[in-house]
Amino acid sequence: MTQPDDFGFGEEAAMLKASARKFFSEHFATDTLHRMVAADHDPQRMSACAWDRTLWQQMVELGWTALAVPESVGGLGMPLVAVVGLVEEVGRAAFPCPLLATLNATYVLAACGSTGEAALAEIVEGRTASLAITNRQGSWDSVDTDVRCAQGRLNGTAWFVQDARKVDRLLVSAQTSSGQALYWVATDADGVTVIPDAIVDLTRDQAHVTFDNAVAQEVSADGLAALTQAMPAIWTLLAADIAGAAEWQLQATVEYVNTRQQFDRPLGFFQAVKHPLVDVMILIDQCKSLVYNAACACDTEPSRAAAAAHMAKAAASDTAAFASGRSVQYHGGIGFTWECFVHLYFKRQKHSQLLWGDAAWHRAQLADIVIGKVA
Amino acid sequence: MSEQDTPEQAGFRQYCRQWLHANTPGEPPVRLPLSPLEIMTEAQLSYLQSWQKSAYDAGLVGCDYPVAVGGGGRSDCQRIANEEMIRARTPYFPNVIGLGMAAPTVFYHGQDALKERLLPRLFSGEDIWCQGFSEPGAGSDLASVQTFAQRDGDKWVINGHKVWTSLAHFAEWMILLLRTDKSHKYDGLSYFVVPIRAALGKGVTVRPLIKITGETGFNEVIFENLEVDDSYRLDELGKGWQVAMTTLLHERGAGELQTPRAGGMKSKSTHATNTANLIELARTMLRNGRPASDDPLLRDRIMQMVIREQGLAQNQRRARVSALQDHPLRLQLQNKLLASEITQDTAAIAVEVEGACASLYLGDENAPSGGQWPMAYMNSYGMTIAAGTSEVQRNILGERVLGLAKSK
Repeated sequence: MTQPDDFGFGEEAAMLKASARKFFSEHFATDTLHRMVAADHDPQRMSACAWDRTLWQQMVELGWTALAVPESVGGLGMPLVAVVGLVEEVGRAAFPCPLLATLNATYVLAACGSTGEAALAEIVEGRTASLAITNRQGSWDSVDTDVRCAQGRLNGTAWFVQDARKVDRLLVSAQTSSGQALYWVATDADGVTVIPDAIVDLTRDQAHVTFDNAVAQEVSADGLAALTQAMPAIWTLLAADIAGAAEWQLQATVEYVNTRQQFDRPLGFFQAVKHPLVDVMILIDQCKSLVYNAACACDTEPSRAAAAAHMAKAAASDTAAFASGRSVQYHGGIGFTWECFVHLYFKRQKHSQLLWGDAAWHRAQLADIVIGKVA
Repeated sequence: MSEQDTPEQAGFRQYCRQWLHANTPGEPPVRLPLSPLEIMTEAQLSYLQSWQKSAYDAGLVGCDYPVAVGGGGRSDCQRIANEEMIRARTPYFPNVIGLGMAAPTVFYHGQDALKERLLPRLFSGEDIWCQGFSEPGAGSDLASVQTFAQRDGDKWVINGHKVWTSLAHFAEWMILLLRTDKSHKYDGLSYFVVPIRAALGKGVTVRPLIKITGETGFNEVIFENLEVDDSYRLDELGKGWQVAMTTLLHERGAGELQTPRAGGMKSKSTHATNTANLIELARTMLRNGRPASDDPLLRDRIMQMVIREQGLAQNQRRARVSALQDHPLRLQLQNKLLASEITQDTAAIAVEVEGACASLYLGDENAPSGGQWPMAYMNSYGMTIAAGTSEVQRNILGERVLGLAKSK
């Protein structure tokens, strides 16, 4: 199968990306974000979940949450390559919302076949969802889960559930007597308790969720197959978010080093600053190019999707780490303070770097594909 | 076939494929160097020249230049020809400096008569070209060149010393950056094309320089009272720096006109990419009694190279999608820097994979891969130094793309 040379990034995708960029630059400046999420600086503070529900409602009405839902279920059926363009802009704005979580659930549900359709229809109606598929150790291997299901009841705890307090539904991975299955459950259902984690990132919320005889609706009897199919899209989406956020970090830092004068020159004159900022740009561009390549593979050549997505997320994780480090370092003393905006992105990127596998994890998976597993 | 081809491109691609199927040359009669910049013997040169001539006669070289200057008069078709030549694993073209640097510079800055005279024989490879930019005292700071042309009526009298001049030992012509005014650094520069072969022993001396690898390949060129006609000047007097920027832009792959580029015929290696060759090497070399490709640290480092190599390929793909550009030169200006550093870092890992065997060089029959990896590693420094060092490339990217304060 041949991939389109332009990644399949057509006019519709370009319009979506441009309108998302406009939407966030008009409605959600970085100082707004800072006021919203950084009001309380106490490191011992209770976990917060500050977000703009009005803007989110506008995003839902624009159809952004239904973009990836197949047309057969009433969604817009846009290709992943268009969706990552939107997600890049969400990352650039660091907009706190359950878009990524809902998209992640969408791709898993779409991989469940007809049994996932009822849940997808709820997403089309504006319901939000998140994946509850990770164990206490934070294993990114889809076979690992601490939740069990017997006689239609869930028991156990799902960890590292993203934006859990912003969503209506959870897509839960659980062991069964015959294997591993996926279940659809409301966050406010009986027997479901969302327990917020106190996290570093101020632009997301995270929780662990306990299930105590919670009644669950099965959406796939072969959960592992659905997860394996959907994970490349999930890695690619997060890599796109990272690329957008890193571009903000780069531009904010360039602006600062062009303004700040020391030794009678702007900081950006000095090659000790200039060259690493170029390296940040190089990493961002590599990351973006690999994101669109991976999205295109997911859309048109699924046999190559996993390798392409491992490359994208590995590159993205390294980009997140390097761009974050340089952004704080080159802002100097002010960059080390709570009042300077760079910490918001530094923290978001640290979270993204590790979520769904860090660079070394993805490279190890990639090596198993490219070189072959070690006997 | 690419879905994005215009009707003209699709038809041309079909034509190229058919022509190459019938006309791609067989095994060369002599061993060829890794790159055209290291062509050493007349036998190597004449084999490659006759290939370039036949490709030019078939319309695969200079496709996008106007017919009047010997081009094909097509629109964005050189890229198609290049893709098909790479696919067909043809040999490379010998006249790389001519095609990549001299042709666009002469085309944009030369007078019509000069273009019509020089470009057809440049495209066909009958005239080999070389580049006279660097000097002993002018490397990264290129604008400090001291080679001087003194006006004498309609003529110029040139004195000076150029170095790192690849292909000068075969070249008919040189693109030459020199000084016509000593009082202005940038505005005192002018740009000429000079017929050096005709002047050998009559004002021009070409002497070989030996590279770090032990091979020859480039030269120093000395000018002593060489007389050159004013009609060989490109653009106006004092505009040499601007003309040189056209040359460098195309050298770095960021110019308007796509450079004709043929396959490269990796005759020894069986794989399309450097990292594929590296992986093959890691499978065959042993480490602690097991294939080096089982070592988790090496696997991680090799995957870093696989990712960077794929990242560069996808950058080039993304550079053709206008809706995914942030800045018109942002991706293009990274090409040379990334390609050279990826080649270097890949070779460095290969040398480590070979371990003790990396001490064995070209003449040793026990050397893995015939000693190619230690040589490739040493050679890679030519790539990160020539055509603007990696440090200069980072200055250019920081200043022209990010808008950081200029260092000059």
